[in-house]
Amino acid sequence: MTEPAFIHIEGPQVRLRGDWTIANYAALAADIARLRPRVADDADVDLGAVGALDTAGVSLLHDLLGKDRLAALADGGSPLPPERRALLQAVVGVIDAAAPVPRAAGYAFGDIMERAGIGMLAFWRHVIDIAGFIGITLETSFHVMLRPRRWRITSLAANLERTGLDAVPIVALLTFLVGAVVAFLGATVLAGFGASIFTVDLVAFSFLREFGPMLTAIIVAGRTASAFTAQIGSMRANEEIDAIRVGGLSPVELLVVPRVAALLLALPMLSFIAMISGIVGGMLVCAMTLEISPTMFLSVLESHVGLRHFIVGIAKAPIFAFLIAVIGCLEGFRVEGSAQSVGEHTTSAVVQSIFIVIVVDAVAALFCMEMGW
Amino acid sequence: MTNIIEVRGVRNQFGRQVVHDGLDLDVRRGEILSVVGGSGTGKSVLLRTIVGLNRPAAGSVSVFGEDLLGLPVLRRAAVERRFGVLFQKGALFSSLTVAENVALPLIEHAGLNAADAGRLAALKIALAGLPANAGEKYPADLSGGMIKRAALARALALDPDILFLDEPTAGLDPIGAAAFDALILTLRDALGLTVFMVTHDLDTIYTITDRVAVLAQKRVLVNERLDVVADFDDEWIREYFHGPRGRAAAQAVSPAHGVPHKPSHGGQT
Repeated sequence: MTEPAFIHIEGPQVRLRGDWTIANYAALAADIARLRPRVADDADVDLGAVGALDTAGVSLLHDLLGKDRLAALADGGSPLPPERRALLQAVVGVIDAAAPVPRAAGYAFGDIMERAGIGMLAFWRHVIDIAGFIGITLETSFHVMLRPRRWRITSLAANLERTGLDAVPIVALLTFLVGAVVAFLGATVLAGFGASIFTVDLVAFSFLREFGPMLTAIIVAGRTASAFTAQIGSMRANEEIDAIRVGGLSPVELLVVPRVAALLLALPMLSFIAMISGIVGGMLVCAMTLEISPTMFLSVLESHVGLRHFIVGIAKAPIFAFLIAVIGCLEGFRVEGSAQSVGEHTTSAVVQSIFIVIVVDAVAALFCMEMGW
Repeated sequence: MTNIIEVRGVRNQFGRQVVHDGLDLDVRRGEILSVVGGSGTGKSVLLRTIVGLNRPAAGSVSVFGEDLLGLPVLRRAAVERRFGVLFQKGALFSSLTVAENVALPLIEHAGLNAADAGRLAALKIALAGLPANAGEKYPADLSGGMIKRAALARALALDPDILFLDEPTAGLDPIGAAAFDALILTLRDALGLTVFMVTHDLDTIYTITDRVAVLAQKRVLVNERLDVVADFDDEWIREYFHGPRGRAAAQAVSPAHGVPHKPSHGGQT
């Protein structure tokens, strides 16, 4: 167990007792702050009664006595045993290097302006990066497309399975539930106008035009963009990307093109499943609460809802797919070395791709409305 | 000399693969012990067993005279606080700066406030031979040698009694490795450490170790002073110490322990 440590000062005599270790650091630091002015310049220091001593204790001795007296104690002439002198010497030798580095004082307004400026520049650079990366991806895809020998069917199929097939259960379940909720809303609001039958139109329009592709894109952004970033990011942290480059291969061709192609195929298929699943959810609610039988639901659907709504909806899916895949891959390439960086960029990829999906969807909705599609 | 670590009859196995069987090892207070052995002989597993990261299937590990495997959790944690471990790749926390890495055990275990911990951390960083401005850097910004030194500073944070080093000089250039060896020796003499080191580096073995333990045939084949070990009658040991690299390392330092104690590129003044 550690003994408490004491400092006795009688005139020029400074006698130290007890364990000068890290366990007593806080108590000793307080004593030293109080007693330091009383240590005379020509003080006679006696360490004979000090029990255990560690580097924290020596650091405190330095605070109490100053560097010169500590150096004198560490010198050959002092009565201390050699191992204790070695400890003192080791600390005295580096104590100047351990002095705190003065840090420039902050200036609140300037700091805010600086951060805003850095943020703007980073955003601008990021926009340029995305544009550049889209360009590289398109260029490489074009080259690869012309040469069937360079199609990477295995990688494409593996990515198709991971991004498409594995996502079917979650996409189908979530859109089914949202379809049911939309039908409930429609039933509640439209019943007041005696127009419950239009619940069918509400469910069908919303799922064919908007919810089918957008909900799928958001789910895929969460599950696939993050996966792309994490895969490529950990390869980058592990210098695998550099190995690909040094080997004379193109990481974009090897890693990005198969992923983009897989998602371009998978997202429209998933969107179609989402549309069907949402409409089935609405149909179930209609049958249970509004007494609209599935047969009637389908005949209303057939007579009220044109094919163009389906086309408008499904046409957005490849656009979402391309943006999600490109953002996921680009964030992976932006990872720098550490595990923390992988995490940061994965988060960033998900946020960016959900953001861009919703923005593009809103713009597309406006455009289609103005065009009368 | 008293034994600070006593490993008795330890058996480690992973699935059907037995790594250690009936392994005995003594580490004496104040010595630098190197553990050598071929790949896959379980050098790192032995280190992990002693520091408590791996529970052996049988046998006992006692440190400071206490049986680690039988101790209650809190008591065991108190014993393990007297260990400093330098992992092979440093294992610095990547989300903290070097100074924060070193200050973390001081704040968590020694209960210091942030200002005191920061001052002591700066001292440890200087002791490990890093320049003062290294404290503000993140591990990702450091070179391999600096990461080892920063990890050493963290291992030394609580003034441990025993320092465990897993391949401390692997991946360092020869100058950096020699400086690191000198640093370990200086710290051992100054802080009274006991050093348990897993290494492949023949220069390190010849320049700073007091005793060598050879792992082979699932146990410690021999645990003795270097000259005794080098003459031990075993094929692997002969190849290891009398192969071209072993001979070169031996010639470089004869008479043994003749390394100049130069302070490795200290700090800035």
